[in-house]
Amino acid sequence: MLARRIIPCLDVRDGQVVKGVRFRDHRVVGDILELATRYRDEGADELVFYDITASPEGRSVDRGWVERVARVLDIPFCVAGGIRSVADAEAVLAAGAEKVSVNSPALENPSLIDALARRFGSQCVVVGIDSQTTADGWRVHRYTGDPTRSGEAGRNTLDWLREAQSRGAGEIVLNCMASDGVRQGYDLEQLRCAREGCHVPLVASGGAGSAQHFIDVFRDAGVDAALAASVFHSGALAIPDLKALLIAAGVVVRP
Amino acid sequence: MSRAEDTVIIDSGGANLASLLYALERQGASARLARSPEALAGASRAILPGVGAAGDAMSRLTTSGLDEALRRYDRPLLGICLGMQLLFERSAEGDTACLGILPGRVTPLLPAPGRPVPHMGWNTLQPVRPDPLLSGLGADDWVYFVHGYHVAAADADTALLATTDYGVAVAAAVRRGNFMGVQFHPERSGAAGARLLKNFLAMS
Repeated sequence: MLARRIIPCLDVRDGQVVKGVRFRDHRVVGDILELATRYRDEGADELVFYDITASPEGRSVDRGWVERVARVLDIPFCVAGGIRSVADAEAVLAAGAEKVSVNSPALENPSLIDALARRFGSQCVVVGIDSQTTADGWRVHRYTGDPTRSGEAGRNTLDWLREAQSRGAGEIVLNCMASDGVRQGYDLEQLRCAREGCHVPLVASGGAGSAQHFIDVFRDAGVDAALAASVFHSGALAIPDLKALLIAAGVVVRP
Repeated sequence: MSRAEDTVIIDSGGANLASLLYALERQGASARLARSPEALAGASRAILPGVGAAGDAMSRLTTSGLDEALRRYDRPLLGICLGMQLLFERSAEGDTACLGILPGRVTPLLPAPGRPVPHMGWNTLQPVRPDPLLSGLGADDWVYFVHGYHVAAADADTALLATTDYGVAVAAAVRRGNFMGVQFHPERSGAAGARLLKNFLAMS
């Protein structure tokens, strides 16, 4: 039976893993290979590297670290952030990543999803959606990593989720902004609704603070995977302990 | 150059051969890429990876003449994911004629509640019959799958070595003679995947 996946997300800037508060004041927390192998050894099912390296307009970012990570990791990993074209994706996949994740560039140019799926197959193409809870319902936000550009993308979350799939997305990461960073649990209501409209794997993001939150999101929202950052990086929750609790709760995971 | 330990990876146009090269490196094996029948000739063993669409991969193999060279190949050959599917007769993906080395057809996985497609993630193997390829691997081993098309276990017939359960019984490992295939990605399947690659590398 297919296991539910636990996915730590690492923020990378200039080849180092960093941690910041609300997208500012980033400080280096560790070496990328050291952290990647540590999470692998602890039983992470997959890793996401979110590249937040600022890219001068029209210039590509040095991603030599992707190859170094690919040499040591024997589990899948995905690279997110700054992938704006088929050529960007090709470089990352050729260096050994399994998947690329696109977010704001796909909102600017939705046909990027079609082009990536045609060239590499849907299984390589993840679409990340940053979704804010508003008086008008769930709305897509863009450039959430950049305080000078972030804002409403003019789209309803569930509509964009459907469109991304019809264009060839092979997986959706839904980051619920209202719960992100608060560690009070995933947004189960939103994820349940997204699940109903999602025929590809759905990854929950935003809000994990305890093992119970993971149990809840797998049981009550039926997501395929749960992504989290600070709850793992802070040491508040160790993956082996989390997996033991998930198994005890009847959730199928890879032990 | 000594050919005794020579492993080739068939380049059928997938963007991510690197992860396979690195996985072989971790087993202490080097490999070279083959883009022509000449590059395949003389190799001790070959791996046919494949990510992307069946039609693209088959048209690249046909253009280079590698399709015929693979049909005639008499050393151990391991197809991975799409590479395994290409060993069969025909794929519903783009209605593509495949290599026809193994009897059977490749059909789409259909999404159902609780079973999104692609089938993506870690799943267990159910061995059907013992084989050196699966030596040391059992029902407790988890391996990583990513695929939207599959060979139904029943269609793989006598070639079937192991299945995995995704609502339907999916052919996870197959073999007839020197031709082997796995639907999962050993290069991204942790210790179990490393064991499978080690088993394959021991064949010649």
